[in-house]
Amino acid sequence: MLESTTRAPRTRRNVHGLTAVTAALALALTACSGGDADTDEGAGGEADGTAFSGELTVFAAASLTDVFEEIATSFEEENPEVEVTFNFAGSSELAQQINSGAPADVFAAANTETMDQVVEGEGLDSDWAAENGEDGRVFVTNNLQIAVPPDNPAGIEDLDDLAEDDVDVAFCAEEVPCGSATVTALEAADLDITPVTLEEDVRAVLTKVELGEVDAGLVYATDVISAGDRVEGLDFPESEEAINDYPIGVLSASGDPDLAAAWVEFVTTEGAPVLQDAGFGTP
Amino acid sequence: MTAVVTRPDRRAPRTRSGRVPWILVLPALVGLAFLVLPFAGLLVRAPWSTMVQRVTDPDVLAALWLSLSTATVATLLSLLFGVPLAWLLARTEFPGRRFVRALVTIPLVIPPVVGGVALLLVLGRNGLIGQYLDAWFGLTLPFTPAAVVIAQVFVAMPFLVISVEGALRGADRRYEEAAATLGASRVTVFTRVTLPMVLPGIGAGAILCWARALGEFGATITFAGNFPGTTQTMPLAVYMAMQRDPEAAIVLSLVLLLVSLAVLATLRERWVNA
Repeated sequence: MLESTTRAPRTRRNVHGLTAVTAALALALTACSGGDADTDEGAGGEADGTAFSGELTVFAAASLTDVFEEIATSFEEENPEVEVTFNFAGSSELAQQINSGAPADVFAAANTETMDQVVEGEGLDSDWAAENGEDGRVFVTNNLQIAVPPDNPAGIEDLDDLAEDDVDVAFCAEEVPCGSATVTALEAADLDITPVTLEEDVRAVLTKVELGEVDAGLVYATDVISAGDRVEGLDFPESEEAINDYPIGVLSASGDPDLAAAWVEFVTTEGAPVLQDAGFGTP
Repeated sequence: MTAVVTRPDRRAPRTRSGRVPWILVLPALVGLAFLVLPFAGLLVRAPWSTMVQRVTDPDVLAALWLSLSTATVATLLSLLFGVPLAWLLARTEFPGRRFVRALVTIPLVIPPVVGGVALLLVLGRNGLIGQYLDAWFGLTLPFTPAAVVIAQVFVAMPFLVISVEGALRGADRRYEEAAATLGASRVTVFTRVTLPMVLPGIGAGAILCWARALGEFGATITFAGNFPGTTQTMPLAVYMAMQRDPEAAIVLSLVLLLVSLAVLATLRERWVNA
């Protein structure tokens, strides 16, 4: 449930209306015979990787929103008959939805705990799990950075500087994943820092830094990149101790496990540069 | 139906048909159920066995104390500035008065989180005014209990202004005019005639204002931040607890609800129905 972003859950497209339109269009254009694209699932694909068609529903952590949308565009270019639909939200919320029977093909979580919940609940596709790992496959990592305002008014250079009395610091609250990562990193550095505020999520920490209300905050590397020039990110060695693993897996409820597996494969191969550009680390 | 007392014949308490009209009672009951059922949900799911232990947790008590004290200070400040503002809107004519009244309701319309950001942009360390407070007086407001109060005044004062203005408009102006013709100054008329007349309206407005301040979340967490004992009020504590331990969040919500219900019921009896 590590959220680098706190966007409201949303689907990338309005599923049914648009799918119907796209399907109709695809039918008209390719003069493809044989029925409704909405109902066919698992039209094959084992033979030659290009014959996938139908709809793929991906439940993914909110911090993956931008990168997954970008990767989906290329995936759909390669597989014109495939429609990728997303549900982005907090990982733990998604895990609860999946375990309550929400129709999803793939789950990409922001930490291993939430993936474990799904593995114990709804479960992963057994064939896929046998090949790729029973607890999903870790495909990226995210680590903490010190975020400072662009001019770095307090002259922060490393984690020790945050412990100075006249330095105002914002952390995530321990209740949220970035906060527990912060605690881990501080323990690793053997530092006891009292922040002026414990924010409800990582975006709120970023906002306080952007506005210059605090001299520094601990956020994820991906957040620093998404904030552009509005903040500056500093690496610190202790962040190595507090790395979040992002696992991905094909769900047992998937109507087309082959298509789902192809998406996972695509994310880890073709999608790798996109993930890297966004600041994600390689496991 | 308690308006009966004004009637000479106390045995005819009902309207002519003698029946309560169902067309009003049914939607009223639906409305009541809609408001009360979520509360029942909290009661059903509450972890009663660990209740006492959770409620007496020092962090909970600190949050409760902070909430009650900041909401009270915020209400007093709202009274100090809000009643004169309501008087200005109700009793004077100046160009753009309608526009000013619309401005007063801005905090009611915008999401409190946006209000919090706006406060940061004005009163924050680098804010329009905040930078001078910092440079000249070494005063920084964000992340202090004062910021909690400011956020609460911002979102809650419009409730007070609107209800006091309504009371002023509803009050009979002939008493004020009579006092004025007898030579009372405007200030005297205000303090000796107007204020006593609209006191119930002020009381109702203050109660609304206090309740809104007590439940304030968005502007507080944005402008004042969240630190236990300093700026973490009950609503913030509830939100944080929700992330990890929903049962604790239910307990905190119940405490906040019961305390505020008790206070509101007491005050309402005293001020409004007096």
